[in-house]
Amino acid sequence: MTEYLIRRILTAAMIILAMMVIVFFGLNLIGDPVYLLVDPSANQAQIEEARRHLGLDQPIWTQFWIFVSNALHGDFGHSFVFNRPVFDVIMERLPATLELAAAAFVIALSVGLPAGLYAGLRPKSYLSRLIMGGSIFGFSLPSFWVGIVFILVFSVTLGWFPATGRGDTVSVFGIQWSFLTWDGLSHLFLPALNLSLTKMAIITRLTRAGTVEVASQDYVKFARAKGVRGPRLYIKHIGKNVMIPVVTVIGIELGHLIAYSVVTETIFAWPGIGRLIITSILSLDRPVVVAYLMMVTLLFVVINLVVDLLYVALDPRIRLGSVQD
Amino acid sequence: MFSLQLRDRGAQFARSPVAVLALIVLILLPLVALFAPLIAPQNPYDLSQVTIFNGRLPPGTEAFDGSMTYLLGTDEAGRDLLSAIIYGLRISIGIGLSSALIGALIGASFGLLAAYHGKRVDQAIMRIVDLQLSFPAILIALVLLATLGSGIDKVLIALIAVQWAYYARTVRSVALSEMAKDYVAAARSQGLGAARIMFRHILPNCLPPLLVILTIQTAHAITLEATLSFLGLGLPPTEPSLGLLIANGFEFMLGSEYWISIYPGLALLILLLAINIVGDRLRDIFNPKLEA
Amino acid sequence: MTRELLEISGLKTHFFTRGGVARAVDGLDLQVGRGQIVALVGESGSGKTVAGFSILGLVSAPGRITEGRILLNGQDLVGKSDAEMARIRGDRIAMIFQDPMMTLNPVLRIDDQMIETIRIHDRKVSKVEARRRALEALREVGIPAPEARLRNYPHELSGGMRQRVAIAIALLNKPDLIIADEPTTALDVTIQAQILYLIRKLCEEHGTGFIWITHDLGVAAEIANRIAVMYAGRIVEEGPTDAVLDRPHHPYTEGLIRSLPEGQPRGAALFQIPGMTPSLLNLPEGCPFRPRCHRASEACRAMPPERVSAETRFRCFHPANAAEGALHELS
Repeated sequence: MTEYLIRRILTAAMIILAMMVIVFFGLNLIGDPVYLLVDPSANQAQIEEARRHLGLDQPIWTQFWIFVSNALHGDFGHSFVFNRPVFDVIMERLPATLELAAAAFVIALSVGLPAGLYAGLRPKSYLSRLIMGGSIFGFSLPSFWVGIVFILVFSVTLGWFPATGRGDTVSVFGIQWSFLTWDGLSHLFLPALNLSLTKMAIITRLTRAGTVEVASQDYVKFARAKGVRGPRLYIKHIGKNVMIPVVTVIGIELGHLIAYSVVTETIFAWPGIGRLIITSILSLDRPVVVAYLMMVTLLFVVINLVVDLLYVALDPRIRLGSVQD
Repeated sequence: MFSLQLRDRGAQFARSPVAVLALIVLILLPLVALFAPLIAPQNPYDLSQVTIFNGRLPPGTEAFDGSMTYLLGTDEAGRDLLSAIIYGLRISIGIGLSSALIGALIGASFGLLAAYHGKRVDQAIMRIVDLQLSFPAILIALVLLATLGSGIDKVLIALIAVQWAYYARTVRSVALSEMAKDYVAAARSQGLGAARIMFRHILPNCLPPLLVILTIQTAHAITLEATLSFLGLGLPPTEPSLGLLIANGFEFMLGSEYWISIYPGLALLILLLAINIVGDRLRDIFNPKLEA
Repeated sequence: MTRELLEISGLKTHFFTRGGVARAVDGLDLQVGRGQIVALVGESGSGKTVAGFSILGLVSAPGRITEGRILLNGQDLVGKSDAEMARIRGDRIAMIFQDPMMTLNPVLRIDDQMIETIRIHDRKVSKVEARRRALEALREVGIPAPEARLRNYPHELSGGMRQRVAIAIALLNKPDLIIADEPTTALDVTIQAQILYLIRKLCEEHGTGFIWITHDLGVAAEIANRIAVMYAGRIVEEGPTDAVLDRPHHPYTEGLIRSLPEGQPRGAALFQIPGMTPSLLNLPEGCPFRPRCHRASEACRAMPPERVSAETRFRCFHPANAAEGALHELS
């Protein structure tokens, strides 16, 4: 168990290191990074000064080491646009994105899991066909278009939900949260639903496939032969086994939610890192782009690690380190 | 025997009326796109046909000089929206399909290479594939476009880079199971070369699953291109795909000129639904081991 | 006439598939007495497993029971709701499956799977008491160190141990009837012998009725009081084990006995019944065994009625061993 954990953490560290190598050498291959890292309006003397200041006159391995150690300290340089440390700029906006992604995740799970379970248990019923048909819509519809339609229908026409921003926030531990106020919650709902739809469809289909497979297993028949029925059969005997493969994918999907928030945040003017990266790319604010990339990689790696641990907690065959087949 | 199997599968496909309808749409839309100049009421990019005086007219309005009726209205520049959609369809399908095909070619080659050589080559290729697939497509596309800049060629590169890994993984797994079969050993024992065995014997067996992913990936590529264009990172305004049309209409939508954004969106939606329904049906029929 | 523990009469379980109606069980009559072991013998596809599931009310779509009665202690199980059947399953009737590697839920601990079997049928039993009974059941089926086993997950136990656990689960609520579907086929020979011995002992001690579903007449001979031979959804011959094995009437029973390795000279080729089990979708008219039967005649184009000899009942127009004793036709 501990050995498994250590191996996982080492793998995670390797991925982060690999990403640093790619980002760092990618920047060096594409051009002299000094032009990427100083203000484009700087003169020659300022550029040379910056080169020395940034250590770009050093050998490349030394530079890499400086980059890595700076990154580990959360130092990604200054944003051209905001003229502030990139780390601060990102950290300010990260909670908004995490809140949005988490809300979307909760919506996707609380609809997708029961819907998939139902569709798997009653594959022939009309409701199941409706669910499966709906799921095709779910991953066919481009997320940005759904967002537009949501605004048109629920904000412009019906006036039920506001279309932009986070609304009122409450500060907890020095971080602003929307979901704690009624106004914030109403601002959160549409973007979160928009972001969740694709994942909801994927989770539904995955859960259905898993349920169909598990439901035909002998141990389910055996449980029924013992007199087990109803919720106990569906949740304890079937659901728990379905969750094992589903959890892996769900974890990856959570990471995807953070990445795809770029679309939703742009449409709903949600002040998170997704909207930040788009404006930064458009305004050529490279330090922010680099920092965003490293940040998201780190998030992904952490999420994958958590998923692995969850997987272990769910499946006794792995937990006890004796997989037999 | 193969044709018999094919006929069986055709019959199986036809059992779902929705899938047949989707297939018909899927044949019609590319034809419309291909013959856009013949079908569209106007050439939306011929400035002599377009005037700003006809800007943002609602659906069904007649042009001020009475030259034509705008069935779906006009955009802010006074273009007939129906024509713009037909031309946009052309660009969306063209980019989606070509990136999917090139991606398939590259991915299938690497997949075969990995399966055939095994060991180190296999490990190296699959490491990269797994690493790439653990990141969402849009993130990879963003990274590439952020470093490469924008433009139609950059978008193509990004779309191909995003897709190849899916093909590589699928082709590798099918090829591995094929290579375990006797006929490959027989071909080898006859002294046939590696390339010949791969392309003449193993690749044909990879085609059904490849076809399924090709359908689904084309839809992904079209969606991704539309999304990137919507975000302003994709195609330039001179190549208005459906995504760009939608983006152009977005600012007017909060007023009452909904049609500029909604109709191109509906066109995109119908296209994607048709592809996905056909793909879903194909997957059910061929049932290869595909991950979501 | 005293009521037997289980009386099945005229049971029909049909599957309504796209290709037609598969008559998996097509007029089954069977009695099981208390403490009696009845072996239900047949090839795969003869409907024996479906018969077992029909008794438990576990036939799933597109199959359903279309006709007949299943009386347990005089109470008809056919037509009961799933909720009513769930109260009977695991309590009055228990089942043991073929593959012990697949019957226990891989993500639930043994104690969890045992305790729930007690508590879903009787909420009044405390967890502590249920655990004590689980422990006792494990001890009864001869599992060493049962306290430790209770805390195990299924994959930590061997196949033989898992089947013992499955048997212990079946015994938990002291059912009147246990249905076992090839419970020893997946086990190796020594363990198979132990399990056979165990079940016979338990049956005698508890007075439990037992239906042993198997394709192996050899196993049936070893364990059963009575043998019922099933072919194409019906019982073709039924009677006390010795009578059926020593003086079979139906040519199919005869064929099964001749294909057993016991009692054959060494090196002699084993007898094989010609032909294959018929498709349940289109059974031949009349006697379904007719196409494979060496004694078939024109008469066999009609369905043979059930006839009785001194000890056995069977369905055949041209029975073997017919000379000894008069045969009676049942209306």
